[in-house]
Amino acid sequence: MSSTGSPAAEAAGERPGKIDAVPVRHPGRWVAVAFLTVLAAMLVNLLVTNTAFNWSFVRQAMIQSPVIQGLLVGTLLVTLVAMIIAVLLGVTLAVMRLSDNPVLAGSAFVYIWFFRAIPRYVLLFMMGTLGFLWPHGLPIGLPLGHDLVHLFGGTGDLAFTTVDANKIFSGVFCGMLGLGLSEAAYMAEIARAGIMSVDPGQREAACALGMGNGLAMRRIVLPQAMRVIVPPTGNETIAMVKDTSLLLAVPVGTELFFQLQAIGSRTFETFPVAVAAVIWYLIICTVLMVIQSRIERYFGRGFGAKPSKQQGARTRLLALDGGTPR
Amino acid sequence: MSQPLVHAVNVSKAFGGNEVLKGIDIDVDAGEVVCLLGPSGSGKTTFLRCINQLETIDGGRIWVDGELAGYEEKNGKLHRLHDKRIAGQRREIGMVFQRFNLFPHKTALENVMEAPLKVRGRSKADVEKRGLELLDRVGLFEKCDHYPSQLSGGQQQRVAIARALAMDPKLMLFDEPTSALDPELVGEVLTVMRELAQAGMTMIVVTHEMGFARTVADRVVFMDGGVVVEQGDPREVINNPQHERTKTFLARIREENDEHAAALEERAEAEKL
Ligand SMILES: Nc1ncnc2c1ncn2[C@@H]1O[C@H](COP(=O)(O)OP(=O)(O)OP(=O)(O)O)[C@@H](O)[C@H]1O
Ligand SMILES: [Mg+2]
Repeated sequence: MSSTGSPAAEAAGERPGKIDAVPVRHPGRWVAVAFLTVLAAMLVNLLVTNTAFNWSFVRQAMIQSPVIQGLLVGTLLVTLVAMIIAVLLGVTLAVMRLSDNPVLAGSAFVYIWFFRAIPRYVLLFMMGTLGFLWPHGLPIGLPLGHDLVHLFGGTGDLAFTTVDANKIFSGVFCGMLGLGLSEAAYMAEIARAGIMSVDPGQREAACALGMGNGLAMRRIVLPQAMRVIVPPTGNETIAMVKDTSLLLAVPVGTELFFQLQAIGSRTFETFPVAVAAVIWYLIICTVLMVIQSRIERYFGRGFGAKPSKQQGARTRLLALDGGTPR
Repeated sequence: MSQPLVHAVNVSKAFGGNEVLKGIDIDVDAGEVVCLLGPSGSGKTTFLRCINQLETIDGGRIWVDGELAGYEEKNGKLHRLHDKRIAGQRREIGMVFQRFNLFPHKTALENVMEAPLKVRGRSKADVEKRGLELLDRVGLFEKCDHYPSQLSGGQQQRVAIARALAMDPKLMLFDEPTSALDPELVGEVLTVMRELAQAGMTMIVVTHEMGFARTVADRVVFMDGGVVVEQGDPREVINNPQHERTKTFLARIREENDEHAAALEERAEAEKL
């Protein structure tokens, strides 16, 4: 009786000691574990014994130079540039939408409405054909220059230079632009949610210190909004990696999946080629997740309970010795 | 040079149809400490926010150090100032908020350094030295590398005071700086404010701390329903109020304070046991 620490035992002057209890049993969990183990064994068995995987071919396909080039340019570079366009433009659109000026807020709304409505594949296809709008080249110069000159009865178009529209609206550049513009509409909503999540008192405190609106936004509001913005942005980046396989619509050939498919249709090894693509996408996604967690840790500073580097006060005391701190 | 530092004349402000300030006249001389008292909803916070233009006023004028706040008079017509000029006027006024509003992503020292560095554009070394001196002045030198989430409420409020002082303001506004604090943390913040007052800072303090008002303020101003009901020497107004509304308010505050003290005592008793 005394080992359970009953009131009677306590009354006898004995205090309850270390807890050594029987844990709750979870038979259901054990059944699930057994089931999953069997499934995993079957999967490994399939991967190892089924000759259709043709692993040596998969490995070779993965490192063919057109495939690597497609991976670096069409998949990674396009993802990177498109996301940079999307984040910069998206944050700008978010700030515009939250502005008091109805024209700015309205334009941002129309942008978001338009680009969210168009399927990416269709958008990329259309962007690839935009060159048709300027068969004689796209004039770069005064806005509406051609029409203004026409209005006053002159000729020419006041352009500094004329660029070949077919060159702009084709290839990798067009793909980056299309994906970036489309993604910006989604990033704008993410950034807006982030900005709205920051306590309005933060902006007021910044203004009370004499910061202008822009400075307060850049130094105080956005860094705090990033905590809310980064996780969904990681999601969007991973989705963007996968969406680069839509570059075919532009058309762009230097892209991972297109190149692997090309090998597949040449060699009739269609299944191993799909496996090669899956493995590459898994690798990229893993790397991105690691990067994302690093970024989240950076913007989460000051919000966790973890103490910061505590060395500061003492070393600073030494540095201050020249001054008159007390 | 005998003009007051803050010269507010007939200030009025409405939110929608709700008239919150109905013609406030207040002058504050340089070096003077004025406590604003009044029941909840009487417009004390709103008035402070009008002084540093976090709210725009609908009528009247506010001059701070001889400069008209928010407007410029040209040919007998008022012109609204550009945002940049308004930000410039705010630089001369420090504000301490009820809920501290420290920047959570910056350490105590970074909070203090932010504005002098980015707004005044001073050199990092100078700003850091000054920042550490200010943290030392509010007794938080050792906490300079702590983030706000790692500080107690009283410590956060003291950092907020240091942050406002870092801009070398001519005027400090305090909006109930201790009312979000646990009773045992109020004292440390009031001590810092008392020292600041002794150092000659011009201060307008909204507070329910009667002890502070009585001993530190040069003048108390009692507001109710958007107007100044009475003002004068703190001891006279607090001990011998002339107006019915002031009497009721002070009686209620006294009651609350007694309850508070009783609660504190009870807690101390319980801890002793
Ligand atoms: N941004 C706002 N929009 C609408 N009404 C407001 C706003 N700010 C304040 N008010 C109203 O103005 C009145 C005065 O508010 P204020 O915060 O100035 O009072 P206070 O004297 O500071 O009160 P307390 O002691 O509770 O802080 C209140 O009725 C409040 O509802
Ligand atoms: Mg208030």
